[in-house]
Amino acid sequence: MTYTLKINGQTRTVNVPSDTPLLWVLRDHLDLVGTKYGCGMGVCGACTIHINGVPMRSCQMPVGTAVGMQITTIEGLSADGSHPLQQAWVDEDVAQCGYCQSGQIMAAAALLKANPKPSDEDITNAMAGNLCRCATYQRIRQGIHRAADLAAGKAVSS
Amino acid sequence: MSTLLTQPIDRRGFLRISGLAGGGLLLGTSLSFTDEAEAAAPVLKGAGGGASLNAFVRIGTDGLVYIAAHTPECGQGVKTSMPMLVAEELEVDWRQVSVELVPLDAAYGAQFAGGSTTTPRCYTPLRQVGATARHMLISAAAQRWSVPASECRAESARVLHPASGRSLSYGEVAANAAKLPVPDAKTITLKAPQDFKVIGRRITGVDNPAIVTGRPLFGIDQKLPGMLYAVFEKCPVFGGKVLQANLETVKSLPGVKDAFVVEGTANLTGLMPGVAIVADSTWAAFSARRQLKVTWDEGPHANDSWTGFLAKASELGPQAGKQSLRKDGDAPARLAASARKVEAVYTYPFISHANLEPQNCTAWFKDGVMELWAPSQRPAGGPDLINEVFGLAKDKIKVNITRMGGGFGRRLSSDFMIEAAAIAMRVPAPVKLTWSREDDLRHDHYRPGGVHFLKGAVDDSGGIAAWQNHFVTFGNRGRPGSGGSLSADEFPARFVPHYQAEMTVVDTGIPMGPWRAPGSCVFSWVIQSFIDELAAAGGRDPVELRLALLGDKAVVSTPGDRPNAYDAGRMRGVVKLVAEKSGWDKPLPKGRGRGIAFHFSHRGYFANVAEVTVSKDGVLKVDRVVVVGDVGSQIINPSGADNQVEGSIMDALSAAYQELDLEKGRIVQSNFHEYPLLRITDAPKVETHFLLTDNPPTGIGEPALPPLTPAVCNAVYAACGKRIRTLPISKNDLRWS
Repeated sequence: MTYTLKINGQTRTVNVPSDTPLLWVLRDHLDLVGTKYGCGMGVCGACTIHINGVPMRSCQMPVGTAVGMQITTIEGLSADGSHPLQQAWVDEDVAQCGYCQSGQIMAAAALLKANPKPSDEDITNAMAGNLCRCATYQRIRQGIHRAADLAAGKAVSS
Repeated sequence: MSTLLTQPIDRRGFLRISGLAGGGLLLGTSLSFTDEAEAAAPVLKGAGGGASLNAFVRIGTDGLVYIAAHTPECGQGVKTSMPMLVAEELEVDWRQVSVELVPLDAAYGAQFAGGSTTTPRCYTPLRQVGATARHMLISAAAQRWSVPASECRAESARVLHPASGRSLSYGEVAANAAKLPVPDAKTITLKAPQDFKVIGRRITGVDNPAIVTGRPLFGIDQKLPGMLYAVFEKCPVFGGKVLQANLETVKSLPGVKDAFVVEGTANLTGLMPGVAIVADSTWAAFSARRQLKVTWDEGPHANDSWTGFLAKASELGPQAGKQSLRKDGDAPARLAASARKVEAVYTYPFISHANLEPQNCTAWFKDGVMELWAPSQRPAGGPDLINEVFGLAKDKIKVNITRMGGGFGRRLSSDFMIEAAAIAMRVPAPVKLTWSREDDLRHDHYRPGGVHFLKGAVDDSGGIAAWQNHFVTFGNRGRPGSGGSLSADEFPARFVPHYQAEMTVVDTGIPMGPWRAPGSCVFSWVIQSFIDELAAAGGRDPVELRLALLGDKAVVSTPGDRPNAYDAGRMRGVVKLVAEKSGWDKPLPKGRGRGIAFHFSHRGYFANVAEVTVSKDGVLKVDRVVVVGDVGSQIINPSGADNQVEGSIMDALSAAYQELDLEKGRIVQSNFHEYPLLRITDAPKVETHFLLTDNPPTGIGEPALPPLTPAVCNAVYAACGKRIRTLPISKNDLRWS
């Protein structure tokens, strides 16, 4: 079937079976491979994207359910890698293997949008659905705090 | 300096730099290309052009200096830290560096990410690579100015002649430098640590900009023109063979291009028998697989179970071990004579690596050449297996190394590479094999479980007088699985007068492989927990008893050629510092406790103190972990090193809650809902300290991990008096009143 999708501000058309999860449409058909396959059952968070600004598991969304929605992937979070979270993730050297980090950043971006100055507890609650097998959780927490400061225009220590 | 620059090189333009354990690194150098042999000498290629000075360094025409990353990157940080070594001696600023991942190539020697060996293997040779290239650049500039090279120096990718105030950029002299002979690295004095400008700085990972914007990096991200997508179904009982499959039905499904049986071999960690489905998308292949029906010959292990293995271990444990590992003094006699003794059985399960990027590999068999794109810790393992199974010559196999979504030892195996190659041989197009999460969990090369039957005696002063262990381990065909073999030199051997260790292997059909800090990751829990039991029996403080056990010994050597010398002084250093940093002597209320453990592995000395809270209803929370490590004189990249330690601590805690069940020869757990990994909700606060000592720098991917689990379990005992002798921790009732 043919589907027309709004992804990262662009209109893209794909021809795929109706049960194809959005994850595989992004990865195999649209070459947006920043969104990752980890579990295929919505428990690891590696495939997190935004649907109308809300974080969703793309492995659990049949492509048709995303028609008409604004889909944002890690590739569209900013035009040039300048989102405060992207900057903070580089500055804090958050990643180890890096495989889960696009999902982490997308989950954190939704958090900061709703709560620009999250507490440690807010971060724990918002990020509990995203696994990091390398367990960079300490730095994920630091990265979110740093991004919040960057977005608020505060000076951050290097 | 000028004499250094006139050292001749051998005809082939190769320079062997030796002097490190493991044989050193073979460095290819690009020279004058005046004869065939030299023309074949490897250079650092790449799209940017410019002049290549050796296999690792190319001076670009764009103002950048290109440095090869030759060791596979699985999150351990070597793609950043190794080029830092070259950059330091090359005298370039880090912002002037662009790092290039290179394919598997004999020019680079061992391209291997395992055993925390990259740093000790490469620390000096890669500095020499940078230093020799710097000398060539200086020499070329000096020749241009007709001044002695000794009057010149290098800084920020420029050669300076201070006497005349002249300078030339590396780019301006690189073409001439590339034609000069490579000096003998042994004659070059490397920089003194106090002059380091790159080494020792916190430098963010070179792939971070690509990671945070989602650019293709990993094996699973590879895409080639006309590529097809494959899945591979293996028997749920390891090694089972295909009797029959509904291939015609599967071939008729949407998007499916082909489906066929791969006969496979008997190698449990090689090419197992199975059914391949090749389709025009990953989802088409996954979907078709749901319609696949296979009749298997499940083989001799179809009734194996974890409970059966444990029953076997319980039967064997009290008997004499099949193999004597070590016998010092007379432990049984000393135990018999002792009034104070402890007996304990420590049990831990099989667990999985659970890399977040499932195993995958892309392969293209074209014109007799097999080309692979592999997220592999040991890329050479693919050609080895392909050559062995299919007879394809190794010079007809090319391996491109991709970033890995986690290693942890899993990707030292090459099963995913041989599977992709086996499928590619039948498909007239490039093909990407992707394992499902369920494949990954059910066809891992697991960390073996084990059962230790321990007896210990304390003397009148509470010191450890005797130690006896019968280790019942699991293996294949009479041999322990990878990481399932206890060393005869494992602590506290050599520190206890009456010491006896025996081992018995229970045969299984389960594939096993190295899991981060193999052996150490579980032996440390057993040993350091039992030391705590003996401390309690003898009425001694856990830190004080450990220091007494280490005694005043210096380096404790081993008989024969076993490379397991144990520097008791280095261990005392980290134990003392961790006690200080953790506030060991500050009392805690009941329900809270501190535990200590130390372990030596992978050339690193580590001690951890865990601080925990156990609620009255038995809920354990790890509040804080203090880590002190001694990995030598220099931390190359403190940001990466801290990250490795924090990850190691949490990885160990995560593993302490994991278990796999085996029923009817099959792994029961299928996905993360049944096999939980640590989440941010349970992540403890980790404080990392490095004790710098006058020893060669060594690796950090593994040695911080082993002491965590015993530190936590010892802290639980301190908090509530419950001794954890069985993993996972969740199997223990920790309620107290």
